[in-house]
Amino acid sequence: MGEPFLEVQKITKRFPGVVALSGVDLKVYPSEVLALIGENGAGKSSLMKILAGVQPADEGELLVEGKAVRFSGVQDAQKSGIALIHQELNLAENLTVAANIFLGREPGKFGWIDQGLIERESKRVLEMVGLEVSPETLLSELTLGKQQLVEIAKALSTDAKVIIMDEPTSSLSLRESERLFEVIHDLRDKGVSVIYISHRLGEVKELADRVVVFRDGENAGMLERNEVDHDAMVRMMVGREVSQFYQRTEHDLGEVVLSVRGLRSMEHRENELNFEVRAGEVVGVAGLVGAGRSEMLAALFGARPALGGDVLVAGKGGLPRSPRESLGRGLALVPEDRKGQGLILDMAVKENMSLASLRRDSKGPFLNTDKEEELVADMTSALSVKTPGSWQLARFLSGGNQQKIVLAKWLALKPKVLLLDEPTRGIDIGAKEEIYLLMEKFAREGMAVLFVSSEMEEIMGMADRTLVMHEGRITGELARENFSEEAIMELATGGNINKAE
Amino acid sequence: MKKIKGILITLIMIYVATAILGENFLGGYNQGKLLERTGLYGLLAIGVAFVIITGGIDLSIGSVVCLVGCGVPWLVMRQGWSPGSAVAIAMVVALCVGLWHGFLITKLKLQPFVVTLCSLLIYRGATRGLAEDQSQGFGGEHEAFRQWGTEAIEVTDKFGIPYPFVILIVVAIIAWVFLNKTIWGRYLFALGNNEEAARLSGINTDRMVILSYVICSMLAALGGLLFILNGNSAQPSDFGNFYELYAIAAAVLGGCSLRGGEGTIVGVVIGTAVMQLLKNMINLVDWLKSHMEFLIVGIVLLVAVIADEMIKQRVRKLK
Repeated sequence: MGEPFLEVQKITKRFPGVVALSGVDLKVYPSEVLALIGENGAGKSSLMKILAGVQPADEGELLVEGKAVRFSGVQDAQKSGIALIHQELNLAENLTVAANIFLGREPGKFGWIDQGLIERESKRVLEMVGLEVSPETLLSELTLGKQQLVEIAKALSTDAKVIIMDEPTSSLSLRESERLFEVIHDLRDKGVSVIYISHRLGEVKELADRVVVFRDGENAGMLERNEVDHDAMVRMMVGREVSQFYQRTEHDLGEVVLSVRGLRSMEHRENELNFEVRAGEVVGVAGLVGAGRSEMLAALFGARPALGGDVLVAGKGGLPRSPRESLGRGLALVPEDRKGQGLILDMAVKENMSLASLRRDSKGPFLNTDKEEELVADMTSALSVKTPGSWQLARFLSGGNQQKIVLAKWLALKPKVLLLDEPTRGIDIGAKEEIYLLMEKFAREGMAVLFVSSEMEEIMGMADRTLVMHEGRITGELARENFSEEAIMELATGGNINKAE
Repeated sequence: MKKIKGILITLIMIYVATAILGENFLGGYNQGKLLERTGLYGLLAIGVAFVIITGGIDLSIGSVVCLVGCGVPWLVMRQGWSPGSAVAIAMVVALCVGLWHGFLITKLKLQPFVVTLCSLLIYRGATRGLAEDQSQGFGGEHEAFRQWGTEAIEVTDKFGIPYPFVILIVVAIIAWVFLNKTIWGRYLFALGNNEEAARLSGINTDRMVILSYVICSMLAALGGLLFILNGNSAQPSDFGNFYELYAIAAAVLGGCSLRGGEGTIVGVVIGTAVMQLLKNMINLVDWLKSHMEFLIVGIVLLVAVIADEMIKQRVRKLK
């Protein structure tokens, strides 16, 4: 294998309220596909941002070809041959492919752009990734899969020796993914190294020469090509056997609490969604990014106007029109984007927790601070929220505790149906386990729980039943005994419904 | 208390400096005048603070001042209305103005800056048309009505607390209770910080935003009324010019962030006092010339904002 091209030594990174990385090591050799796996919040993204010069490390060293380097920006990293491709592509849809490839480093003099050079160079790198489009094509005319390849071409045009790909297949179809894998193998054969971050263990098995596992901001282990197998990876990621991690108990289901009939969202106008959830039932919603899962929850809750259909909670309801109306009916939504939609970051823990129930607890128009304190104290102990005090701004808490605050806000209203959108995204493993225990507890107490998740393990571990979505439709439904990664993926990519059932 | 410490220290420093450098600063007449000005401008600043807390802005305040300041004497003197009905109609107009702004901003999703910029032009233009660009005032009549803007509660024979300042204190107390003791106040701060999160928590955010624009326009109208009662002469082409900027500056000095979600009523009142004190200082200190007013106010505002931001960033780092 020779000398590593890139070496990470004892890197530590802290954020307010959480240690993202503590003393992490990593070596990347030339011409290899290194898969980096770990649960959300394990520190993968933090490390990748450090490697790509997006953020500095607090401690530790980066070596490129044996020499210590210090990046103060993305351009420094590019000069050292490291390029990062974000999960959400950083491309300008209104510009041409060539303009995107050279965005921010247009060659030329005195503000004049050297179009000839751009065109020649664009053609060269597009060829390397096997993308047969004219450099003059507008990016918006390409599919997501092709845009992904443009990102890789862009990285290649900076002479990248290491390309970091963060969940590159999260919004690709199966065909597009396979095309991407070919390109990755091709790049490896040409001497480029790829750091491949993914939750899809199947892909990792297929693609990786080596797998490095992170857990809670630390190295959790490494697997050589011949050692890579599904259970070994999961064990390292979770830190114990999976069966112990997701604790579900058998309990009887009650009446149908949530009944969705012919619901149509703005994003998928033609598709009518129909399903039911019973009291005490935990139902997972699986699917690829862009399958319309979050849009369904938003429409169901009235967060974004639904075009038609009825949402009945315990038999009552109608077309969802506003969150306010929905929460009056007994629905609660923990949104995907915790910081953007769930929390008010610059308000106190206390004020966040009581926000939804203020009206119920008020004395006329006036705040009832005694009741508020009482509620906050109850919730803080019930969900074991770790905060120095209820006055602390939500911003300064860790992801897991922030998520508990959002949960507390809704539990204060004692909802009948709890909707969760990616409930454990970006929180550490301990907090994750607590959230799972809470979900189990809510179900046992008779709540109907509907959760969207992109993590296969989570769906298979927590759900009694899973709805799988593809392009805005529910393509299938699986009972717990029929769960398998293959069956879910097949439905999620629009596979044959009958076959899976 | 922590939030207003900086502006309070600024107020005291400028006060002491002016007392030392300026002549007649501590005289009863000057002190009364300072309170009167603070009272008049403070109403506008409290109004705009509500809008700024929601993350919006209102540039039409000066034009609303002009509309009411010219409109009320026009109705009373030229149209023969009673002062009471003229005031009532002015308040109804202000209510409609606020509802209109709020409607455009929440339902049509227009930007507050653009909406109120258009209003700034429209209301002033309309007033000039209505008053045929003629100066409006009460002449020597309606003394009793005008007392609301001119009289004072006597403390000594030279110093009294002007009615406009008393009115400001009453309004400030109501505003403080509203923002800090009612659920609506909490909602305003919540939606100013993160409108989407507030909406998803079941808050009718549109209604709250509309309410803030109504409060702003009505306080601008109240201010405009007191300005004309106090001054007794309003030229439609320049009455209330730039007052929105004084109000916004005072609110920002007092700790409101234009990003929304932040601000205290006490801070805004002190911010207004600082602005008026600066003007007063420029008048009283010999070597400061009156044409330097904008320069000095601008610099003080900038320094205050920079200091505030630096302190905030340091606090974040410490945590």
